[in-house]
Amino acid sequence: MSEKTKKAYETEETADGLHSIQKVIEPPHESSRPIIKYLLIGVCVLFLAVMLVIPLIVVAVNAFSDGWAAYQKAVMDEYTLKALWLTLLATVSAVVVNTIFGIFAAYLLSKFYFKGRQVLATLIDIPFSISPVIAGLVFILTFGNIGWMGDFLKAHDIKIVFAVPGVILATIFVTFPFVFRELFPVMNAQGKDEEEAAALMGANGFTIFRRITFPHIKWALLYGVILCTARAMGEFGAVSVISGHLRGKTNTLPLHVEILYNEFNTTAAFAVSSLLVILAVLILIARNIVEWKKK
Amino acid sequence: MYVEMKHITKTFDGFQASRDVNFGVEKGHLAALLGPSGSGKTTILRMIAGLDRPDSGDILINGARVNDLPGSKRGIGFVFQNYALFRYMTVADNIAFGLEVQKKSKGEIKSRVEELLELISMKDLGKRYPHQLSGGQRQRVAFARALAPNPQLLLLDEPFAAIDAKVRRELRTWLREMIERVGVTSIFVTHDQEEAMEVADMVIITNQGRVEQIGSPEEICLHPQTDFVKDFIDAERFEALMAIH
Repeated sequence: MSEKTKKAYETEETADGLHSIQKVIEPPHESSRPIIKYLLIGVCVLFLAVMLVIPLIVVAVNAFSDGWAAYQKAVMDEYTLKALWLTLLATVSAVVVNTIFGIFAAYLLSKFYFKGRQVLATLIDIPFSISPVIAGLVFILTFGNIGWMGDFLKAHDIKIVFAVPGVILATIFVTFPFVFRELFPVMNAQGKDEEEAAALMGANGFTIFRRITFPHIKWALLYGVILCTARAMGEFGAVSVISGHLRGKTNTLPLHVEILYNEFNTTAAFAVSSLLVILAVLILIARNIVEWKKK
Repeated sequence: MYVEMKHITKTFDGFQASRDVNFGVEKGHLAALLGPSGSGKTTILRMIAGLDRPDSGDILINGARVNDLPGSKRGIGFVFQNYALFRYMTVADNIAFGLEVQKKSKGEIKSRVEELLELISMKDLGKRYPHQLSGGQRQRVAFARALAPNPQLLLLDEPFAAIDAKVRRELRTWLREMIERVGVTSIFVTHDQEEAMEVADMVIITNQGRVEQIGSPEEICLHPQTDFVKDFIDAERFEALMAIH
């Protein structure tokens, strides 16, 4: 491999998550041992069946076990709709905030050099490695009545813990690395020559972003947004701790499912779960469209 | 002198990239910054362009001190080592970018782009994207893009480094002719002495952040002033070269 093609190959490999996924799906060489191939297919199919397909079937079957009317009643229930609304609100907030933050952080870390760059990159990854329950507790300890900012918030009549702002904050916290993680490698691989060239011609920061940076990162950005959405909708741990489980007020869909289940209202629990599954499938379709378009 | 560097120093994280650099380039001349890698030649070019700031000293363009002027206001065109073409824009859009930013009229932009495409003999390739071009074509586009806003000074960072040896000689002659035709003062960076000697009117030899010698190719080859220049320049090769011309 010449130096030039080798470099192009490396960039392509590391440039973005999308490409690497496609590389795995389209292996270049077929092994000459079909037994191994079929054995591996068997293992994968079995694993996915046990872990994914059967549980999904169970959700569907149980959701409709008492018939369509019962399903409709559970899904159209006032508290379910409120939980769905809150889930969507928290998800949209998290996606908007984390997209803006992710773009800024990725831009900063890929185009500027400063002391503590590495530390900052590591800090951004913390939600990946910290348990969501701890994340929830941290917010209670910070914003709760006995917390650091408790007196200040009380004095100004701001309620965060056991209220909607807390749910949104927790969702943002848990999902904030996603957009950054997708963007950073792509921006890093782009280098800053093109931006310097545009700046030398007199383009301002916004023009440079819109015409040089954005076209390069748009697919990675969309992919990050999709991952962030998926994660935000399903978040349970952090939200569970901070929400206080106030029905109709601070319950998101996953929390609502748990409450219904604990009340032995199995059918309703599964019916509401099916809503989350539908949302997940929509996201999956969006993801595949993005991957296909990018090709 | 069109460009003047006066007592320029520059340090990167403790590494001294420029030590009291002084030189001037006359209007309409083509100067080469020649030196081994790490000798500070690219740093000098980037400081003239305003991409880096000197720690001390003055940079003068057309008699005015430009240290505090952003690169975009210095009337320069810059050709990057890897060309840095905008990969999501066509060749024509690449060339038009600098004019669009200056809010020139559509008609004006169109005629200027056509004129430049003609100049670089790529009239029919305006709709192509950079990845569909050969290395030599990319360099020509980078050259046209840098010239589009009519800069008074053209800076080129290792303009031939990314091109294979065969095409390099051809492009060298081409670039020399183009620069003469346009009549723009130019400075280019190279580590290849043959390139510098063949193309430039004036050669500035750098070593370890210092300017070792300034002069015409003949002067430098026939009268090297320091031991470094004596070692660095292969005089015999140069004489053979001069004999051919």
